[in-house]
Amino acid sequence: MGTVISQVTTVDVELRINATTRQLALDPRTTLLDALREHLDLTGTKKGCDHGQCGACTVHVNGRRVLSCLTLAVAAQGKDITTIEGVADGDQLHPMQQAFLDHDGFQCGYCTSGQIMSALALLREPCGASDDEVRECMSGNLCRCGAYSNIIAAIQDVRATHAHEA
Amino acid sequence: MTSPNEPRTTGAVGAPINRVDGRLKVTGAARYSAEIPVDDLAYGVIVQSTIARGTIDRIDAGEAEQLPGVIAVMTPRNAPKLESLQKFEREGSKGSRPTGRALSLLQNDSVHYNGQPIALVIAESIEVAMHAASLVRTTYRVDQPTIDMATALPSAYPSTEKIYGREPPATQRGDLQAGLAAADVRLDVVYTTPMETHNPMEMHATIAAWDGDKLTLWDATQNVHGVRGTIAKTLSIPPEQVRVISHFIGGAFGGKGSAWSHVVLAALAAREVRRPVKLVLTRRQMFGPVGGRPHTVQHVTLGAARDGTLTALRHDSTSSTSTIEEWVEAATLATRILYDCPNEETSHRLVRLNVGTPTFMRAPGEASGMFALESALDELSYELRMDPIALRLKNYAEADPESGKPWSSKSLRQCYALGAERFGWARRTAEPRSMRDGDQLVGLGMATATYPVRRMPASADACIYPDGRAVIKAGSHDLGTGTYTILTQLAADALGIPLGCIRVELGDTDLPQNPISAGSMTVASTGSAVHLAAMAAREKLIQLAVTDPRSPLHVAQHGAVEIAGGRLTLHGDVDRGESIEELLARNGGQPIEGRADAKPGDETQVYSMHAFGSIFAELRVDPDLGTVRVGRLVGAYAAGRILNPKTARSQLMGGITFGMGMALMEHTITDLRSGRYVNADIAEYHIPVHADVPGIEVFFVDEHDEHVDPIGAKGLGEIGMTGVAAAIANAVFHATGVRVRDLPITLDKLL
Ligand code: FES
Ligand code: FES
Repeated sequence: MGTVISQVTTVDVELRINATTRQLALDPRTTLLDALREHLDLTGTKKGCDHGQCGACTVHVNGRRVLSCLTLAVAAQGKDITTIEGVADGDQLHPMQQAFLDHDGFQCGYCTSGQIMSALALLREPCGASDDEVRECMSGNLCRCGAYSNIIAAIQDVRATHAHEA
Repeated sequence: MTSPNEPRTTGAVGAPINRVDGRLKVTGAARYSAEIPVDDLAYGVIVQSTIARGTIDRIDAGEAEQLPGVIAVMTPRNAPKLESLQKFEREGSKGSRPTGRALSLLQNDSVHYNGQPIALVIAESIEVAMHAASLVRTTYRVDQPTIDMATALPSAYPSTEKIYGREPPATQRGDLQAGLAAADVRLDVVYTTPMETHNPMEMHATIAAWDGDKLTLWDATQNVHGVRGTIAKTLSIPPEQVRVISHFIGGAFGGKGSAWSHVVLAALAAREVRRPVKLVLTRRQMFGPVGGRPHTVQHVTLGAARDGTLTALRHDSTSSTSTIEEWVEAATLATRILYDCPNEETSHRLVRLNVGTPTFMRAPGEASGMFALESALDELSYELRMDPIALRLKNYAEADPESGKPWSSKSLRQCYALGAERFGWARRTAEPRSMRDGDQLVGLGMATATYPVRRMPASADACIYPDGRAVIKAGSHDLGTGTYTILTQLAADALGIPLGCIRVELGDTDLPQNPISAGSMTVASTGSAVHLAAMAAREKLIQLAVTDPRSPLHVAQHGAVEIAGGRLTLHGDVDRGESIEELLARNGGQPIEGRADAKPGDETQVYSMHAFGSIFAELRVDPDLGTVRVGRLVGAYAAGRILNPKTARSQLMGGITFGMGMALMEHTITDLRSGRYVNADIAEYHIPVHADVPGIEVFFVDEHDEHVDPIGAKGLGEIGMTGVAAAIANAVFHATGVRVRDLPITLDKLL
């Protein structure tokens, strides 16, 4: 028994992304990820599975990391959303971005936005100090290129030098 | 390299610089194929078969078509017929297949594997397209599929085509039986490896847009020129009417080397609906329609004298392919060159299964073949009570044992020594189960790594502009491999222009022709072309200076002019010179262009060219649970000139990580009744995650190779992956005394 939808219905959605308010008319089934990528041209947030398995779509909602592929856009209204495009301060890279660059914490770059968003959230989470604890906290972000060792080095570098900012 | 017109290096090559495209990637600004803004876009979603073999009886798209927002549903009933394919069918096997690979383009009702594309929905949005795809109803006449490699094995037949169009499918040297008869110790074992799936983080994606009779494809491909050729032939249009663009690729690993069905379907759909179409595969759709590594069953027979000297070596590999195309996993190629054994036979056979056609997957052949060979060497070392490195050194090949040719360079001895030293091999006690950490069993294992040097014709343009900046153009690709970066470095040194003043353009068929970026050959192929193009531009620049009466370098010896930091100066007299800007401004302000059409010379006739390495694994096995935790992986590699130690190290770490996945996790599982891909997502298909990956340490052995190519580099994309599965399997045996000959090494196999 399929549900027949008589017409494409849209709902008005207002999203606050990187401190800018955006108005959209969306199919209510639209995920936050597709809203960003297909409707707002914010393609820095990546789709690696669409099923909450890879972490490529990680964004911050009210300061916490969230998988945007598992979040409906309508449900993200009234919240502060931060994507990778909102991390740098103008031309000035965030120290985490710079650390990824310096430690070569990526290859193809496709998992990178998600890794960086997770890494930034981790700075505010009760993650222990050791490499192994960081590995555990980052294990929702897959990297098929295998940049893992360098990603951990980048994160630990930032934690060591910018601990006070966390 | 001492030829007089080689530039004195300005030190860019060999420096561990950050990736030049890194800023785009850490800010999210790099655009991958599905992310190109195109107006009036429609969305395509593929519908797949739910049986593995049979015929479509009825396909009903009525309900889907009525869904508001649906633009069209293409099925075998209404899809445009392709003249090129009809001609190919008519001519039987005589012609070459226009599509390259055997594709599913909705031309008939046959179903050959579960998950085969059978329809395409085009709609106004992803949401509607996905919903509509779920409403396409299909019934089939079902035939009995062949799914199980084990039961199908008796149907194996010898592969007769040359592998990669070059290597013989089977080889023989000496007298194997005599070698076995003469042996003091014999080993006769079978290793198996499962199907695996590439799973790059970026799904395959194509945006197809027609402008009149011209087609543009933004395609997630590692082979823009190859895709152009395939699409042009398939659609029967001139290649000049097809432009393929692939600026950033979210990982490829061989899977994005072919134009698979969805690429053609996107082009067809866009033509049918007269709108640009974006077609992104789902993660589930990456299992089957876009290739993977096939099953292998590998029979290895070894004979050796008491002192470890190999007297006989046989390696027969049987791999699975689809029922629609032959594809051989070249598992014994490394065996042919690795050890100096006088009596040797190798062969490849195929079994046809109702699965998607396999393809190149990182270190195709070497990864699976060296699991078998390097495990067998380890087994032999225990039989002989000999150190595994000593056994390998005993059979060290001083020249290519298959062709008899000298190596262009080989530093494998140094790789064993360096790897062993950095790893701490000496602390290993030989006996299995002899090392412990608390109640955990500790295992140390090693293996050899090797990958051939391949090079193909490649072209590049180097253009120096009057503002002192330069642009390098080559239709190659950066898959995360660092191509943008190392080409920038090569150009900087050849041109004497600072790194920051050079821009490299890749991934576009409007750029000079380049081969597929695969097989670890981009550096040798494209790198050489860029070096030579930049050298040609440099020569023109110097020529201009020494013949310009107003130049301070007028009538200077050509070879005495140096360029560095964007300035031309006289060797030994840095005050005599001028900037590139000054020189070009005085000479009409025109850019200087250098072009190179580079191709391999006769070096392959003279030398055998391979990169070598050693890989060491330390792990812990829980004796009660059978869980394996890898603690350290240490690799030492000699691969000619290392253009950028930072990106090189990353590439090798990536290969090693991929190898670790192969050893312990990766396994594409098909349901033996339905042929359905059971674990077709990345929660169930396990790849290494942060918590799995230990400290990986990569070391380089200095190696100078004047023969491989003009820049002396051998390529690093695959070698890191080779040997890893064996090193881990060998360490597992050392820890537990259990020899696992069937990948992946999951805990059930250790209990
Ligand atoms: S795309 Fe959201 S977790 Fe993979
Ligand atoms: S950098 Fe390619 S997947 Fe992580």
